[in-house]
Amino acid sequence: MDYTLLFLQVLNGVQLGLLLFLVASGLTLVFGILDFVNLAHGSLYMIGAFVCASLTFLFGNFLLAVLVALPITGVVGFVIERVVARNLYDKDHLDHVLATFGLILVIDTLTQIIWGVEGIAVPLPAWLDGQVQLFEGAVIPSFRLLIIGSGLSVAAGLFWLVNYTRLGMLIRAGASNRTMVSALGIDIQTLFALVFALGAMLAGLAGMLISPITEASIGMGNQIIITTFVVIIVGGIGSMKGAFIAAIIIGLIDTLGRSFLADIFGLVMSADAASTAAPAVSGMMIFILMAVVLALKPQGLFPPKVR
Amino acid sequence: MGRLSAIGWVTLVFMLALAILPPIFMWTGQPFYVDLTTRLVVLAIAAVGLNILLGFGGLVSFGHAAFIGIGAYAVGIPAYHATWGGMDFIASYNGFFQLALALAASALFALVTGAIALRTKGVYFLMITMAFGQMAYYFFLSLDIYGGDDGLTIDVRSELPLISLDNPLTLYLVAYVSLVVAMFIKHTLVNSRFGMVLQGAKGNNERMVTLGFNTYKYQLVAYVISGSIAGYAGFLLGNFTTFISPDMLDWTRSGELMFMVILGGASTVLGPVLGSSIFILIEEVLKGVMGWFDGLLEPLIGRELGLEVYWHLPFGLMLIFVVLFVRGGLMGLLKRRGK
Repeated sequence: MDYTLLFLQVLNGVQLGLLLFLVASGLTLVFGILDFVNLAHGSLYMIGAFVCASLTFLFGNFLLAVLVALPITGVVGFVIERVVARNLYDKDHLDHVLATFGLILVIDTLTQIIWGVEGIAVPLPAWLDGQVQLFEGAVIPSFRLLIIGSGLSVAAGLFWLVNYTRLGMLIRAGASNRTMVSALGIDIQTLFALVFALGAMLAGLAGMLISPITEASIGMGNQIIITTFVVIIVGGIGSMKGAFIAAIIIGLIDTLGRSFLADIFGLVMSADAASTAAPAVSGMMIFILMAVVLALKPQGLFPPKVR
Repeated sequence: MGRLSAIGWVTLVFMLALAILPPIFMWTGQPFYVDLTTRLVVLAIAAVGLNILLGFGGLVSFGHAAFIGIGAYAVGIPAYHATWGGMDFIASYNGFFQLALALAASALFALVTGAIALRTKGVYFLMITMAFGQMAYYFFLSLDIYGGDDGLTIDVRSELPLISLDNPLTLYLVAYVSLVVAMFIKHTLVNSRFGMVLQGAKGNNERMVTLGFNTYKYQLVAYVISGSIAGYAGFLLGNFTTFISPDMLDWTRSGELMFMVILGGASTVLGPVLGSSIFILIEEVLKGVMGWFDGLLEPLIGRELGLEVYWHLPFGLMLIFVVLFVRGGLMGLLKRRGK
C-alpha cells in the first residue's frame, strides 16, 4: 500500500467533499426553509464558473475575479428568487421541479449563447499554479490547498452564521416554522430572498473554485446537482450538519473508489476483469452508499427534528 | 357516458390518424415525417409506462430515461458481440432474445431501485429515482468497450421472423401496435383491483394500509411494470435510431418524459400519447420558429447563427410560464382534465 498516494487521494477527496458541501448547503437551506425544490441550483454553480472565467480574463487576476463574481452570482440568485421561485412557494413540489427544469434549459441555452459551446479554461496566477511539498514525496498543487482552506473557512463561517447570529437564528426559526416567524413580525419575504442569494453565492463559489481545475463548461451544473442530491439525501434534507458530513463522506468515497477500486478488485479477480469492472463500480459507489443509507435510515443520517 | 364517449371518439380518431398517416407519408415520399411519428410513438410508449406511476400511483419518478437506455443497450450489446465476438452467452441478433433481455434487465433494475426508493415519499422519492437514473447513466458511460461517452452504433437491427425492422414502415407499425397494446395493458391495469389499490394509496396511503393493503408491494409491482414498459420502448428506440449512447439516459431526458405525461393529462387513455405528440410538435415548431428567426436576422448580421439548436430557450420559458400562470400549476391542468 502506498500511503503517500493514499494521503494525497484523501486530500483530493476532502477537497471534492468541501466543494460538494458548498453546493449542497445552499440547496439544503433553500429546501429546509423555503420548502422549495430547486433543480436549477446547479445552474448557479455553472454561472459562478463562467462569470469568474470572464472576469479573470478581464482583470487578469483570478482572486479579484472571484471577489467580484461572488456578489454577481448572489444578484443572479436574488433575481431568480424574485422572478421565478417566489411565485412557486405555494405550489406543488412537482411544479417546482418542472419550472426549475425549464429554468435550467433557459440558463444553459443563454450560457451557450453568451459564452459558446466550448468550455473555458481559467488560468491561475503564477503563485497559485505551483506545487507545495507537504512532506517527503507528498507534492500537492497549491491551488488545491487553497480550495481546501477556503472550503473549510466558508463551512466554518456558515456554521457561525447559522448558529450564532441573528440572521442565523431567523433562518433556523424559519426552517422549523415559517408561519410563526412571519407572525412575529419578521419580513419573511426578504429573509427568503437572502437565503436564496446566499445559496446562490455558495454554489457559485464552488463553481469558481473548480473552474481552474476542470474548466467552465455547459452542463457542469447538471452533473453536480445529482451528486448534491445524493449528499443531501444521505445527510438528511434540511440538515446543515448532515450535508457537511455526507459531503465529506461522498467526496472521499468517490475519489478513493476511483483511484483504488481497481487494486482492490485485483485481489479477488483477474487484472483484466478488475480493470473493466472497477470504473463501472466506482462510478456507482456513491449511489450504492445512498441506497444503503436509505435502506437503514429512510430520512437520511441526520433528519431535521421538525416537520 | 356522453362525455366519456366524446373522449372515446377523440382517442379513436387520434389513434386512427396515427395508423393511417405514416403509410401516406411513406408513399408520398416524406420519410422525415415517418421518422418523426416513429419517435413520437416510441416516446408515447415510455410515457404510457411512466403514466401508470405518475398519474395513477402519484409517484413522481424522475429516472425513467434509465429504463429506456437499458432497453436500448439490451439491443446494442448483444448485437455488438454477435458482430465482434466475445461474451458468447449474450451475443445474438435474435429480436426475441434481445427483447427478453430488455424486459428482464429493466424489470430487475426497477425491482432493486424501486424497493429502496419506495421506502420514501414525495421529494425524496423524486430525488432518489433521479439519482438511480444517473447511476445507470454513469454505468453505461464507464463501459469503454461499448463506446462509453461516444456511444455505440447498432450495425444489425433485431432479427424477427417474417418481418424486417430495416423497413421504416414496418418498424413504425411494430411500434404502433406496441403502443396500442401498452395502452390496453395500462387501461386494464388501472381499472382492475390492483389499479384501484394503487389509486387509493395515491389518495390516502394510511387509509389503504389500515384497510389491510400492503401498498408498498402494490407500488413496487407498479414500478416494475412501469419500468418494463419504458424498457420495451428503449428496445424499439435502439432499433429506430441504431445508435445508443449514455446521453439517452441523462436525467434531462427523464424530465422531458415527465413533462409529456403531465402535459397530456393523466386520467385518460390517450393522455400520454397526446403529451408526447404535443412535445414533438412543440419541438418541431420551436425549431422552425428559431430557424425562421435566423433567416430574418441573416441579412442584418451577414451570417447564419444556427439558432435552431437553441430551441430549448423558448421551450424552457414556456415551461416556466405554464407552471406560473396556469391556475394551480400543471397539476391543476392535470386535475381539470380529469373532470
